[in-house]
Amino acid sequence: MLSGLEAFLHMGGYGAYVWSSYGLACVVLILNIVLPLRAERAALFRITRREALGDQHDATS
Amino acid sequence: MNFAALHKYASLMHAYRLSCRLSPWLAGLCLLLFAWGLVGGLLLAPADYQQGDSFRIMYVHVPAAWMSMFVYMVMATAGAVALVWKLKIAEIVARASAPLGASFTFLALVTGSVWGKPMWGTWWVWDARLTSELILLFLYLGVIALHGALDDRRSGARAGAVLTLIGVVNIPIIHYSVEWWSTLHQGSTVTKFAKPSIHIDMLVPLLVMISAFQCYFAWTLLIRMRREILDYDRNASWVRDLGRGVVTKC
Repeated sequence: MLSGLEAFLHMGGYGAYVWSSYGLACVVLILNIVLPLRAERAALFRITRREALGDQHDATS
Repeated sequence: MNFAALHKYASLMHAYRLSCRLSPWLAGLCLLLFAWGLVGGLLLAPADYQQGDSFRIMYVHVPAAWMSMFVYMVMATAGAVALVWKLKIAEIVARASAPLGASFTFLALVTGSVWGKPMWGTWWVWDARLTSELILLFLYLGVIALHGALDDRRSGARAGAVLTLIGVVNIPIIHYSVEWWSTLHQGSTVTKFAKPSIHIDMLVPLLVMISAFQCYFAWTLLIRMRREILDYDRNASWVRDLGRGVVTKC
């Protein structure tokens, strides 16, 4: 007899199918949060650098 | 005239600020809905009398498949608005929707395949529902490619909108494919004029998961839009102020 957790993970023999589906969904959903946030941070970094270089240029000219 | 000028320069900034303000609330709501839906779907719902526990794949498959079509309609509406009124914000919504829609379509296809293996005995069949959903994925990829293909982002957005609108014809085909053709894919058990033929204990987690996916879409759409807004408005004074640290970032 399987214990509670084992039975849950076993999913009546369909564990591999069920958990691979949920695992993939989890990965795709998390990537769609992390990657755009990183892209936004990179864009903000470029803007900050551009403004900083612009200021320097103004200062020397 | 004044109003037009105000609208032109202010709207993207306001959209950016609005995204910053709404994101944490949507994130919280999204996590709550996912927690409720997952507990209901994985722990509380009884096993199916025919499919055993494999039916639990439904709680990611069905929301992903619904969202694959919903996001397409959002993208098509935004595309139409962008073509007719040339609104930048509509172009940005369409641009931000495309990768999310492609992700949902990919998820629907793969989880469906993983569900099909134990239930149908095959990973894939060229049946009307599966084939039209695969075409949807190619449409999304085509739109994403067009968005990135042209140097001028506004022309890219217009080209993407035209392809999106042509591809709208595929949406009713996906929806009615299980009725029009004899397919291996089962018919709908939720959206029927008669009483849904799914038990209430299985139905409630499904509806919660669909709401969770909707909320997730709204949240991640807002995140993606911020980056697009910074690109579109990169020479606007408010973005320069962001770069100088005059105004605080998100």
